[in-house]
Amino acid sequence: MREAMDPWTFVVAAYAVGMGAAAAMVAWSLLTMRRAEKRRDEARKR
Amino acid sequence: MHGFANPARFLRIARWLMPLCMGAGIAIATAALGWGLFFAPAERLQGETVRIVYLHVPSAWLGMAGWMGIAAASFTELVWRHPLAGIAARACAVPGAVFTAVCLVTGSLWGRPAWGTWWVWDGRLTSMLVLLFLYFGWMALSQASEAADGGQNKAPAIFGLVGAVNIPIIHYSVIWWQSQHQAPSITMGKSAMAGAFLHPLLFAMLGFTLLFAGVVLARMRAILAHQQAEARLRRKALSEGY
Repeated sequence: MREAMDPWTFVVAAYAVGMGAAAAMVAWSLLTMRRAEKRRDEARKR
Repeated sequence: MHGFANPARFLRIARWLMPLCMGAGIAIATAALGWGLFFAPAERLQGETVRIVYLHVPSAWLGMAGWMGIAAASFTELVWRHPLAGIAARACAVPGAVFTAVCLVTGSLWGRPAWGTWWVWDGRLTSMLVLLFLYFGWMALSQASEAADGGQNKAPAIFGLVGAVNIPIIHYSVIWWQSQHQAPSITMGKSAMAGAFLHPLLFAMLGFTLLFAGVVLARMRAILAHQQAEARLRRKALSEGY
């Protein structure tokens, strides 16, 4: 017997995973860049 | 190529190019996903689940493009000793691995309603999983060689070139072997997809590619800044007689 599946459950889960991962990656890359550049600028001032 | 070998010149370009790529990428990818989710039609056989294609295909493309970036940077580093090549390779690794993982997860979420299973050990899925493990191995090797050799990237560069063998295997796996996965819908200059599905897909691929480029440039700026800070602190420690 074929079980009934709501296709939107899979679509929403895929979009949540994809967009969540992309957003986390963008935030992490910007944050690490800002931190590294701040540390370099502070090292230059010393 | 060697015109960009100077890190100062690269940073001057990256300072305006990175936010441009990232901003345009976020805007275009968001618009494309909205188009695919709310305005593109459902497919005759697959129904609403076809909407996963607008995330799955760009992720697969960028998972493979990330490794091609590592391989190209590795070749440049080994042949021309370009000072930014190793940094570019390191910058490609994390976004490449993230998009490969997204491709595998969204593929699994698509496979359950379409094929009735989360996973099959066929050529396409297995070679994509191998790509994810290659990324993990490359990142571990890159970190280890950086700690051991003080930034010499010969071993990861060779690994990056050898691992590129997996890219044509992924691409041709659905042609070479009998596969649960469908054959390529888009080839050079041709598409088996109707325009209603193809146009938002191409838009999504453009948006995510720009986003990928923005993340790679941000990672390169971070790695360069880290190396410059370390070099500055080392020089200072030496001058103070530590």
